[in-house]
Amino acid sequence: MYTGKVTVQYRKGILDPQAQAVHSAVKSLGYNSVKDVEQRKEFCLKLDCENKEQAKNQLEEICQKLLANPAIEDYQFTVEEE
Amino acid sequence: MKFAVIVFPGSNCDKDAQYAVESLGHNCRLLWHKDTSLPKDVDCIILPGGFSYGDYLRSGAIARFSPIMEAVIKFAERGGLVIGICNGFQILLESGLLPGALMKNNSTKFICKRQKLNVANNSTAFTNKYKRNEEITLPIAHGDGNYYVSKDEYKKLKENNQILFTYSDNPNGSSFDIAGICNDKGNVAGMMPHPERAIEEILGGKDGAKVFTSIVKNFQGRV
Repeated sequence: MYTGKVTVQYRKGILDPQAQAVHSAVKSLGYNSVKDVEQRKEFCLKLDCENKEQAKNQLEEICQKLLANPAIEDYQFTVEEE
Repeated sequence: MKFAVIVFPGSNCDKDAQYAVESLGHNCRLLWHKDTSLPKDVDCIILPGGFSYGDYLRSGAIARFSPIMEAVIKFAERGGLVIGICNGFQILLESGLLPGALMKNNSTKFICKRQKLNVANNSTAFTNKYKRNEEITLPIAHGDGNYYVSKDEYKKLKENNQILFTYSDNPNGSSFDIAGICNDKGNVAGMMPHPERAIEEILGGKDGAKVFTSIVKNFQGRV
């Protein structure tokens, strides 16, 4: 069994209005030290695969097909054996 | 002319679309998203507005993999007429049938109001009953209506005359004020505003009816 952790975020240069709203809320609490906020999605998938290579390949496919929209989002993932 | 509206779990404008088409005198069937084939005699498919799969993950991302979408994609690739409205537009973008993506409105607020639009191209299957640059008013109701397209893709859209509608007063931050587009072959269209909610005066205006009468005119021209 393998655990895949996927992080999806907006590609650089794409404005994220939700992260901006969070940033302005943080500032309104008085934390002026905060200069930027990025918001990300994290997914944790359990994969029953023969080996790590197969788990990575499947996860890559899942990211491209479903978890990220390549028009606006980038993704990274790690795979660990349980 | 025979229309079909695909019903996804969470669609909420499916009956509105059916009502619009039927009230204009045409046949319309509702098709369940788990169907795997389309009726052979369908001439135009409508992907309706709503919140398919609760908009989980991203709007339209999960609906794009509903069983019937394979048949819809094949139908579109064969030149069949397909129009996606609001959530239906989001599904078409996620399917790759149209370029770009829809993101959260730049205000982060859900917007529900009447919106002025300009008809940017009146020579398509979906807009031929409008006048060029005609200003029309259609309702919008969306949280994820901020259309994103890269500069290179925008250039292609512009060169191929694929932009159907633009916002007069951009409500959601959409790239280049775009409110609706079609593919380069001109048989697949997507738009965030709701023409099916503006087909008679009692609904507050009938500027939307021409989207459907355009489709019919185009179809009759083909036969």
